[in-house]
Amino acid sequence: MVMTRKTRRLILIGTVGAILATAIGLVLFALSGQITLYKTPSEIVEQPMPEGRRLRIGGLVEVGSVVRKDGGQVDFKVTDTANAVSVTYIGLLPDLFKEGQGVVAEGRLDQAGLFHADTVLAKHDERYMPKEVVDALKARGVWIEGQPGGPTPSAKN
Amino acid sequence: MIVEFGHFALILALAVAIAQSVLPIAGFFRRDPALMAVAPRASLMLLLLVAIAFSALTYAYLVSDFSVLNVIENSHSEKPLIFKISGVWGNHEGSMLLWALILALFGAAVALFGGNLPLTLKANVLAVQGWISTAFLAFILTTSNPFLRVAEPPMEGKDLNPVLQDIGLAIHPPLLYLGYVGFSIAFAFAIAALIEGRIDAAWARWVRPWVLAAWIFLTAGIAMGSYWAYYELGWGGFWFWDPVENASLMPWLVGTALLHSAVVMEKREALKVWTVLLAILAFSLSLLGTFLVRSGVLTSVHAFANDPTRGVFILAILCLFIGGGFAMFAFRAGTLRQGGLFAPLSREGALVLNNVFLTVAAGVVLFGTLVPLIVSAFGGAISVGAPYFNTVFGPLFGVTLLVVPLGPLLAWKRGDLLGALERLWMVFVIAALIGLAVAWLNGATHLLAAVGFGVAAWVLVGAFAELWSRARFREVGLAVGFQRLAGLPRSTFGTALAHAGLGLTLLGIVSTSAFQSEAILEMKPGDTTTVGGYSVTFDGIRNTPGSNYSEMLATMTVRKGGTVRFIVSPSRRFYTARQMPTSEAGIRTHGLSQFYVTLGGEGRETGSVVVRMWEKPLVTLIWLGALVMMAGGALSLADRRLRVGAPKPARRAAPVVVAD
Repeated sequence: MVMTRKTRRLILIGTVGAILATAIGLVLFALSGQITLYKTPSEIVEQPMPEGRRLRIGGLVEVGSVVRKDGGQVDFKVTDTANAVSVTYIGLLPDLFKEGQGVVAEGRLDQAGLFHADTVLAKHDERYMPKEVVDALKARGVWIEGQPGGPTPSAKN
Repeated sequence: MIVEFGHFALILALAVAIAQSVLPIAGFFRRDPALMAVAPRASLMLLLLVAIAFSALTYAYLVSDFSVLNVIENSHSEKPLIFKISGVWGNHEGSMLLWALILALFGAAVALFGGNLPLTLKANVLAVQGWISTAFLAFILTTSNPFLRVAEPPMEGKDLNPVLQDIGLAIHPPLLYLGYVGFSIAFAFAIAALIEGRIDAAWARWVRPWVLAAWIFLTAGIAMGSYWAYYELGWGGFWFWDPVENASLMPWLVGTALLHSAVVMEKREALKVWTVLLAILAFSLSLLGTFLVRSGVLTSVHAFANDPTRGVFILAILCLFIGGGFAMFAFRAGTLRQGGLFAPLSREGALVLNNVFLTVAAGVVLFGTLVPLIVSAFGGAISVGAPYFNTVFGPLFGVTLLVVPLGPLLAWKRGDLLGALERLWMVFVIAALIGLAVAWLNGATHLLAAVGFGVAAWVLVGAFAELWSRARFREVGLAVGFQRLAGLPRSTFGTALAHAGLGLTLLGIVSTSAFQSEAILEMKPGDTTTVGGYSVTFDGIRNTPGSNYSEMLATMTVRKGGTVRFIVSPSRRFYTARQMPTSEAGIRTHGLSQFYVTLGGEGRETGSVVVRMWEKPLVTLIWLGALVMMAGGALSLADRRLRVGAPKPARRAAPVVVAD
């Protein structure tokens, strides 16, 4: 089988095109369903999200809301000081998780509006405090620079 | 005084770097050997000066000189010695200085070991290195000066972030930087080739050792970082698709592609333009990675606002080098002559396929990493995490893995796919049997795991197929077979080892993801629970003081079949200077598996604790695999054909390939 430069080039372009198309297809598929939307507690309360959608909520851990249960289950509320969302989580809370301090929870809402978190991040550094939370908290005047929950020097290189 | 001395040395270094940027290239255009000869001398001088600056900063840390702002913010007089040293690069300013030091180190290495390089190429390569050095030194001096003093020194420092007070930090960033910066050499070679408008197989032979070395360090840095996150963060995971991790994965993927395309170029003079493009891309992603991490731009564009000058400077450097590199490529790539025809089904073809997959994989990771940034520019707020990357990266990389054993079995120019598959049927049978065995042992519930084990076995066993087929044990007998093996170039063994390491890592990932057992519960002293076939008894907690922290240590006795297997001691520390708690996981390695316990703080009753435990089968293979990959890289690096001064590739090996 003798191939001209042109045929070879066509095969190469075809292969690259096919791989690119597959990759773009995968990306679009993932973008449609597997991107986590960021919401504040107020947004969730005011405009209910479709249940089962992966969400990330950020705010402060409401003081007095943390209840520990059997099997490592922890219930707490995330508030932006106007509205609060109830969160339930099974697992170990991060070292810096504290009532009254910044937290980001990732998971899904159920029908009853209870947020089932599979990941809870307290700030290790500013990376875990999305700027939306900071802005929301600043707007309500509850943001304290330099406090735990506020920005600190970067934690990871 | 010593601090000022360091500061002064850094300023001098900038001056030397500027000279190194301009003079050799002027010498190239004016054909003046004397000017070109400035390059190696300037590189050595640059290394000396940056090393002095770095030592001065290290000295300030060692003696806890709290009149230096950087030391105040990141050190503490009671901090253990090793963390005083590693604290030097545990912050933005110091880590940039480390970057500059490693850059100077690589430049000096080219100057010293590039004896066989043509004078013009050497001059241009070092000049491009000089541009990078100039940019970084200017960045450090103007926006991130680690030598700043304060007027009223405090009595005590603020201590290093406790999460960073770990042996992992001492090793991980330098390794990663050696990888990132190593690609700067490939970049410099690429730009030099574009300046000269000439490139040949010898170019690939000069570049490959540097790419290989950078790749080995980057592999080490990523693996080390992964293991560090695994034991230090206490989440039990080894990869989180965090932007910071992605930042190191992207250059690795493109660097791996570069490594393979350079082979094609060296052997067959094909893929020249593509190789140059990959070299520019690998370093661009390294730069991007460094700055994404350093500026914190990714998770919040906000970080720019914190220090506007720094942000603008970073953007300028990125635009200059990435934009400049690509612009140069666009204008000059046409002057590079193409060469080396090959059929789609050939070793070259397989390597092209590998390149396409790796680059596309890097592309989707880049997209996933940057898309939150793009969305936030339009006022939205999303985060892209593990689900996206697993969905997109998983299948792409999975298919890449399927092709891995095939490539080395195809001949150059025109390969015989059927012949290659024929030599792989044994490997296929083994992989299929392993997959079936896993499926049979675990029922239909772990179908994906069965496929994963099969693919891992395919890669792992298939890695040795080339050696097996070249030795021809069945035709020529054991003795002659081993002789034939001994006659093979080292890089053949390097390839086999590196590919086998990939298989091992995959095996560890699949095994841990599919078969780990986990328990989260609250335990009182004396309580016993079972996880993964082990019975775990919580003996109690005790409090112990540490050097700059206090510690709550839990003791757990782990039994299997009634006999005590090991004691695990997870703990929680409280760092007094920063008033910050951390948890230290208790990890016991048994065989290739690990038993992992983290302490989640006190429970509801006094003396009780919340714990999370995992039995992670074969988890250590994830990082051992990386070690094997590195060993493969090192073996290739030791190949005589790559050694400096080796006149020609070993022709001896060639007939064997043809005969096969």
